Amino acid sequence: MSGANASPIGRSHQEMTPVTFQVWRGSRGEGQFAKYTTEISEGMVVLDAIHKIQAEQANDLGVRWNCKAGKCGSCSAEINGMPRLMCMTRMNELPAGKPVIIEPMKSFPHIRDLVTDVSWNFEVKKKIKKFKPRPPDNPDGSWRVFQEDVDRVQEFRKCIECFLCQDVCHVLREHQLHKEFIGPRFFVYAAALEMHPLDIENRVEELAKAKGIGYCNITKCCTAVCPENIKITDNAIIPLKERVVDELYNPIRRLFRIFKSKEG
Amino acid sequence: MPEYPTFEYDVLVIGAGGAGLRAAIEASAAGVRVGLICKSLLGKAHTVMAEGGIAAALSTTDSRDNWKVHFADTMRGGQYINNWRMAELHAKEAPACVRELEAWGAVFDRTTDGKILQRNFGGHKFPRLAHVGDRTGLEMIRTLQDHGIHQGIEVHMECTVVSLLKDGERVAGAFGYERERGHFLLFKAKAIVLATGGVGRAYKITSNSWEYTGDGQALAYNAGADLQDMEFVQFHPTGMIWPPSVAGILVTEGVRGEGGVLRNSVGKRFMFDDIPDAYKAQTADNELEGWEYCQGNKTARRPPELLTRDHVARCIMREVKAGRGSPHGGVYLDIAWIKEKLPNAAEHIKRKLPSMYHQFKQLADIDITTTPMEVGPTTHYIMGGVRVHAETQMSTVPGLFAAGECGAGLHGANRLGGNSLSDLLVFGKRAGRYAAEFAKQHPPGRINEDQLQSVARWALQPFERGALRESNAEGPYRIQHELQDKMQDLVGIVRTEAEMMRALDEITSLRERASRVGVEGNREYNTGWHTALDLANLLTVSEAITRAAIERKESRGGHFREDYPDKVKNVGELNIVIRRGRDGEMQIVREKIPEMPGELKQVIEEQR
Repeated sequence: MSGANASPIGRSHQEMTPVTFQVWRGSRGEGQFAKYTTEISEGMVVLDAIHKIQAEQANDLGVRWNCKAGKCGSCSAEINGMPRLMCMTRMNELPAGKPVIIEPMKSFPHIRDLVTDVSWNFEVKKKIKKFKPRPPDNPDGSWRVFQEDVDRVQEFRKCIECFLCQDVCHVLREHQLHKEFIGPRFFVYAAALEMHPLDIENRVEELAKAKGIGYCNITKCCTAVCPENIKITDNAIIPLKERVVDELYNPIRRLFRIFKSKEG
Repeated sequence: MPEYPTFEYDVLVIGAGGAGLRAAIEASAAGVRVGLICKSLLGKAHTVMAEGGIAAALSTTDSRDNWKVHFADTMRGGQYINNWRMAELHAKEAPACVRELEAWGAVFDRTTDGKILQRNFGGHKFPRLAHVGDRTGLEMIRTLQDHGIHQGIEVHMECTVVSLLKDGERVAGAFGYERERGHFLLFKAKAIVLATGGVGRAYKITSNSWEYTGDGQALAYNAGADLQDMEFVQFHPTGMIWPPSVAGILVTEGVRGEGGVLRNSVGKRFMFDDIPDAYKAQTADNELEGWEYCQGNKTARRPPELLTRDHVARCIMREVKAGRGSPHGGVYLDIAWIKEKLPNAAEHIKRKLPSMYHQFKQLADIDITTTPMEVGPTTHYIMGGVRVHAETQMSTVPGLFAAGECGAGLHGANRLGGNSLSDLLVFGKRAGRYAAEFAKQHPPGRINEDQLQSVARWALQPFERGALRESNAEGPYRIQHELQDKMQDLVGIVRTEAEMMRALDEITSLRERASRVGVEGNREYNTGWHTALDLANLLTVSEAITRAAIERKESRGGHFREDYPDKVKNVGELNIVIRRGRDGEMQIVREKIPEMPGELKQVIEEQR
């Protein structure tokens, strides 16, 4: 049966190849790999394969996803050991003939199957001082800001909050310093605020103390996994580290601060 | 009776995209206690997918723009069945809403004199879309999210509402479940704002994610509220079509705004062949003029690729049917050609359309700076939804408000690109304000225990059937896929009475099958169970779309009838309203559109 709208889109004949997947299944950290074999066609991404397995073999397979276009950052997982977005990982870039191993992110508490509890990230963000603009330049409440002033902030604001950088960061992943260290995502967030041309808040002291920027030893793993290609280490973390050194540990500035606090 | 974890709010906002977040911010600023429910994680709603920009007559890029032009453009695009009061409020209030986002930290692209840069878009007379490259939606949702988290709003992530609860006529709360453990939750609220977005999952080819199952429309309908204009579904003309697994993913209209052109398989720019009379005066009649318009020449008229979405989608279908389509059943969208006009064209494209460059490179192995894209229509947006009061956004159920895509009225028969993000801001804000006001004026409603119990029992039935492995139990995904196939084929871009009658029969039989749906496993993050529960909403909105589409015996905007291919004047004076009858059957009512006041009529005349 086909109506007036029957279109050939997505209905043409395609070559199918069987591929085996090892998918982590279980709940709250307990679990094992389950093996599924499913047919893969041209252009499929890992998330398509997971959806196919879910629809045909494992209806209750837990997976988080939304946009399927690399814009929302929901479907983060570890594919053959690499933190990646499932929706942007094409099957044909993975080694042919070998099983594809899919696991949940490791830096966060496990919920079920491929889903982890990322709520810590949302709590961290709340504790960073919010945007505070200078008074508007114009009577209608607007500001005069030039493109060159916003270019570098716009790079940081591309972040889709997939938390893959948090997942790969050894300070969180191996050392589990979630209480003392906010992770690359929130250094990018803080950098976007600190370098925002209108912002007049100062977050340098908290970055050094409560946010643990000193723990980062610039291994650049975060930059390597960022699906938005944000140069997290070079453009966000290192400049923030420099501000910390400059403002908190520069002897002349320290002296200046001591006088200032006495006046106050 | 079992005790459910219970939350009490003055205002409960269901849905945390642009409209929901904006409503929650406004309500909490009014000093009431606000709860915000998101079906996914915070900041992942479909607003992030909006690419092109926010339409607002800021007149930073072209000083001739003002609210009157925006109003007239919106009405013309909606083919005059819009709620004219909403269109007026929207055009007047959108600029301030955009400036408000800037005050909360949004970083828009700039003009050379340091103002917010605006871009051209389909159906907008002047460059009007404030934007950030082609990721404006992400900028907007992140700005609202990062502002909202400091407002004392309590956020319930990954939580789905199954039913609204009423006390007599008014709304009293909502009942749902959280995904992580599958526990039921009870929300008591004096006022509720629905901001759940659209219905794209009713169709096979869609730009929408799993969340968009018509929840708000179905919740409102089941609670006795009116739905309106449900026949008007927007098929965005340019979705990806190849490879099949990415079919439906959006290709922003911004590509055409930056000079991208549509060509058929013989290389012809077919959009010049059919320019509707209402747009002749403002559309270029040659390629050079179209290009000059995209380059900011104020005396040039816009290229026909920037006609309204309904029209462009139909022209693409026409080319494909006539055998002039691309190999995978679409047409070509070419931005690479601008290298004939611009030095450094490749860099220019990457800077103006970074996500599109990325998306095609990664998902289709295509470099859009050198190769045309293959595109075809994709289900994108529903103009219809919950019928609301223009100023307060309250539905016909006291205390129940709706904003954004799940509300109806602003866009009429067809939405202009960019008018969605501004809709979310203007009417999200209004819904929040008036919901807070309602909450201040009314005591809490009483929760009906019987209703609660029957909803809970219904929601758990799929497990009972799954556990018994009943021989006739159905899997939820199969029913969903079949519904999507039927809606795509029978109630799609081109419609006929006979096919839609068949669709109604199919929906009836799928509804019967859905009542036998069974799921396995336990209640923890069980996507099969969630899909099973969402089916009820999908079936309700599918039926509403189909019945309204049968009722409107004319073609207008997003609704095209092969058997009634023209506009019919007296049908164009009506909105089709759907409500639940006493017998539980869907009732169709024709409501006459109130007459537009003289001064607005005059605005439209002036802008012709």
